[in-house]
Amino acid sequence: MKPTDVHNPNYYHKVVDCQWACPAHTNVPEYIRLIAQGRYTDAYMLNRESNVFPAILGRTCDRPCEPACRRGRLDGKPVAICRLKRVAADLRDDISDRLPKIPSKKNGKRVALIGAGPASLTVANDLMPLGYEVVMFEKYDKPGGLMRTNIPAFRLPEAVLMDEINQILNMGVDIRYNTPIESMKALLAENFDAIFVGTGAPRGKELELPGRHDTNRIHIGIDWLESIAFGHTDSVGEKVLIIGVGNTSMDCCRSSCRLGGKDIKVMARRPRGFFKASPWELEDAEEENVEILVNHAPLRFVIENGKLIGMDFERLEWDKGAKKSTTIDTIFLPADDVILAIGQENSFPWIERDIGIEFDKWDMPTVDEKTMQCTREGIFFGGDAAWGPKNIIWAAEHGHQAAISIHNYCQGVPVTERLPQGTNLISQKMGLSEWSYHNDYNPAARQKMRHVDLVERFKRMNIEVELGFSAEQTAREVQRCLNCDIETDFTAARCIECDACIDVCPVQCLTIARDGEEDDLRKRLSAPAINLTQDLYVSAPLPQTARIMAKDEDLCVHCGLCAERCPTAAWDMQKFELLIPYAGRPVNIESCVLA
Amino acid sequence: MPSIAKPIATHPSLQRNELGLTIRDYEGAMSTLCAGCGHDSITAAIVRAFWELSTQPHMIAKLSGIGCSSKTPAYFVNGAHGFNSAHGRMPPIATGANAANRELTYIGVSGDGDSLSIGLGHMCHAIRRNLRMVYIIENNGVYGLTKGQFSASADVGSKSKKGEANRMAPIDPVMLGLSIGATFIARSFSGDKEQLVPILKAAVAHRGFALVDVISPCVTFNDHEGSTKSYLYTRQHELKATETDFVAPASEILAHIGQNGAVSVTMHDGSVLRFKGVPENYDPTDRSKVQTYLEEHQGKGEVVTGLLFVDETMPDLHEMNETVDVALTKVPYEKLCPGVEALDRFQEDFR
Ligand SMILES: Cc1cc2nc3c(=O)[nH]c(=O)nc-3n(C[C@H](O)[C@H](O)[C@H](O)COP(=O)(O)OP(=O)(O)OC[C@H]3O[C@@H](n4cnc5c(N)ncnc54)[C@H](O)[C@@H]3O)c2cc1C
Ligand SMILES: Cc1ncc(C[n+]2csc(CCOP(=O)(O)OP(=O)(O)O)c2C)c(N)n1
Ligand code: SF4
Ligand code: SF4
Ligand code: SF4
Ligand SMILES: [Mg+2]
Repeated sequence: MKPTDVHNPNYYHKVVDCQWACPAHTNVPEYIRLIAQGRYTDAYMLNRESNVFPAILGRTCDRPCEPACRRGRLDGKPVAICRLKRVAADLRDDISDRLPKIPSKKNGKRVALIGAGPASLTVANDLMPLGYEVVMFEKYDKPGGLMRTNIPAFRLPEAVLMDEINQILNMGVDIRYNTPIESMKALLAENFDAIFVGTGAPRGKELELPGRHDTNRIHIGIDWLESIAFGHTDSVGEKVLIIGVGNTSMDCCRSSCRLGGKDIKVMARRPRGFFKASPWELEDAEEENVEILVNHAPLRFVIENGKLIGMDFERLEWDKGAKKSTTIDTIFLPADDVILAIGQENSFPWIERDIGIEFDKWDMPTVDEKTMQCTREGIFFGGDAAWGPKNIIWAAEHGHQAAISIHNYCQGVPVTERLPQGTNLISQKMGLSEWSYHNDYNPAARQKMRHVDLVERFKRMNIEVELGFSAEQTAREVQRCLNCDIETDFTAARCIECDACIDVCPVQCLTIARDGEEDDLRKRLSAPAINLTQDLYVSAPLPQTARIMAKDEDLCVHCGLCAERCPTAAWDMQKFELLIPYAGRPVNIESCVLA
Repeated sequence: MPSIAKPIATHPSLQRNELGLTIRDYEGAMSTLCAGCGHDSITAAIVRAFWELSTQPHMIAKLSGIGCSSKTPAYFVNGAHGFNSAHGRMPPIATGANAANRELTYIGVSGDGDSLSIGLGHMCHAIRRNLRMVYIIENNGVYGLTKGQFSASADVGSKSKKGEANRMAPIDPVMLGLSIGATFIARSFSGDKEQLVPILKAAVAHRGFALVDVISPCVTFNDHEGSTKSYLYTRQHELKATETDFVAPASEILAHIGQNGAVSVTMHDGSVLRFKGVPENYDPTDRSKVQTYLEEHQGKGEVVTGLLFVDETMPDLHEMNETVDVALTKVPYEKLCPGVEALDRFQEDFR
């Protein structure tokens, strides 16, 4: 194989599974170490750099990092990355003097951001320090988008939400509440230098079945949650049926628990294992005694004397992969309210179709994946508005990329000119067998989140259920992180092929073998390569025998023992730091340190 | 000394042997030897051999003398019995232990200093008695523990770290073993587990004294240019005379026997040593042919490795002495110690 080029930032980045999986590439291991050292403010600021909303995300993030986390491959449970983020946010000091300074002299460019959700807020966060004049148009009288209107207060307290939104708005964003944009044409006429569309995916999917429009007790999930958030809805019937089993459904059923619902059923078409909801959201809902009924397909709403009394369902039987179903029978379930939580759609009735913004056959704008620009120059999309409903962390990442494009565009640089990432690689050796990081493997089990008790939490809509980690839990959880950014770095010329590293590796990562093609080499490793998504690190030929050193990155616990047992320091433990460019802040590739 | 113990994390595909144990169950304490010492690789080979053989850890006895090499029994098979004796005195301790309990698997780990200087006499007599044990000499040409003085295995002309050449003739444990009747003789290299592990398994199966001389570079005091026991020198001069498969008792022998007059030897316990591709005119059961071969090649400066000689016909210590065929612990106390009257009667015979 070709020797691995570790100076390509992607190589080691991929080894940091969590960071690679995070849409915004948050430097997780570094912030976990900072928390371990009690440096909560530093940990918070490091998070803020990439994900902008650490306190919000520390409670609500979709956490794509956790299923990717290496620890999960070793003991079945990933590091509680998200919960630790909240620890940093909860325990940080005042950060006002660490936020970017906003130049009083503006750069003369005016940018319009439509919507005050996380995507637009991120664009503002990145552009304000560069001197832009940012005007944000918001339909409602409050900022935050779905984070405010749909994520219930028992998961995300208002104060937490507002604190991080204000960090951005207070940079001097010109926010115009109660100002829905009703015509893109009209906005274009205002001659902004660039426009960002961060209007989300605001339409809940319909379920057109008999009886749908014969009652006012059938609600669209996201609209219903919104009316709770704005105080327009404060009760629900005793018997509630929620249709669909995604995350919106989980918020609907749990909100029902707090508004008077007693018998709450979530109705799923398919069996368990095919639900869209995140496992932790399901777990939290079931803890609140919400019942989840599988294999039920809605058939009709049953209305008697103009009043909703329930719904008919077909009971289904599925084949193995839950692809084909057969109907067993039909049953009736009583209900006072039915909430439809079967998905969200985009809708852009306010964008004229004759102004150069192309829409595809699904009526979605054509948006470039890298630049976030649509087919009309100078107009950018991000967050749920770009490619349909995603989540907050994707909205933030889209915001960062859109900000880079807007900055390019306003400075006359092609938007396609993307800023390269850089990397620092720095030895962590402090002494003969001493490292700058805690290299021991801690067998601690994943810490369980503590919750407010079941009676107490239902008293009000806005009692935050999760209590956060205690100091002891934090201390244990941080030690579960395997420091995947402290990389085993190999210098072939130094190796004397003594086998010390091979013998000491607890997870049999290392092999000295005759070179070969990847497929063949993977079969000849000390332990079979069971995860082909993980790279093989392959060295140049070794001096004494011309064999090569191969490392299967899959299960390395970054204990550093290979480097400790190496007599020639052919292995070294080097901290990989990914340098991410942001708008107006390119990475100086020349000054990258490559040990 | 490593900063941490080996993490308990393991590879999910870790296999279990017939006893349900993983290879990690055959490890010992963390090594305190110098990083890169050949002895650690031999330790790893021992761990693998016992795991593959599914030997019960508590049926193993580890013995050693003094030296870096002699420290290594602490680094494998935690669950085994162990005795770290005085310098050079491992063979008599092993003899005593084996006499008392013939049911254990004995593995002695010694060094070239421990075995070829102070302990030479003891080793020779253990060989003559054909004491059933695996006897490993971790051979680095120096006294590692006492900072690198030449040992009795240092070759003439081999240079010390400071640059002076050794002038005394070496003792070659392989040639010595051949000349005093050793019944199993092998030489290997710490950097070649593919060769060493099957040799160790065969050594365990052998029903007498199994002498395994393993070139094991001292990375701190004898791995420089001019040394004849360095990693590089060994790799450049190694001649693999034989290649051996160890086929456990129950398993079938599938592969065909090569040309070159290759041989297979059936061991006492039914296992088979299959020699693939031995040189022409080489017969690993013919002492004098082996001797001739070694003289010829070692004369050319080659380091001959492989399972070099085996004689499975010789009786071991217990057979020669017609001792009881179980461990003394299993002999009822009244029989083991029949009392004063029995002793008196016995002594009467000598009057
Ligand atoms: C019930 C529910 C729960 C969720 N839970 C989570 C969660 O726990 N974690 C997570 O990561 N994600 C969650 N999401 C998804 C997440 O909230 C969204 O992906 C994210 O908020 C999208 O951000 P955005 O900035 O693209 O749009 P939005 O947050 O939707 O913000 C769009 C903003 O634009 C405004 N707007 C719309 N049209 C106009 C217009 N024409 N003129 C002016 N203003 C306009 C809207 O009022 C809104 O304020 C959830 C979504 C739902 C529905
Ligand atoms: C009776 C006695 N004499 C001398 C010593 C000093 N001594 C300790 S180890 C050693 C030699 C060890 O050499 P070797 O057996 O080759 O082991 P290595 O360290 O090279 O593995 C000597 C002479 C001693 N410990 N005891
Ligand atoms: S163990 Fe730590 S660094 Fe590694 S993937 Fe998990 S959280 Fe990230
Ligand atoms: S410990 Fe060092 S010298 Fe020895 S094989 Fe490993 S990398 Fe090579
Ligand atoms: S001194 Fe030599 S023999 Fe002893 S541990 Fe160090 S390298 Fe090994
Ligand atoms: Mg020695």
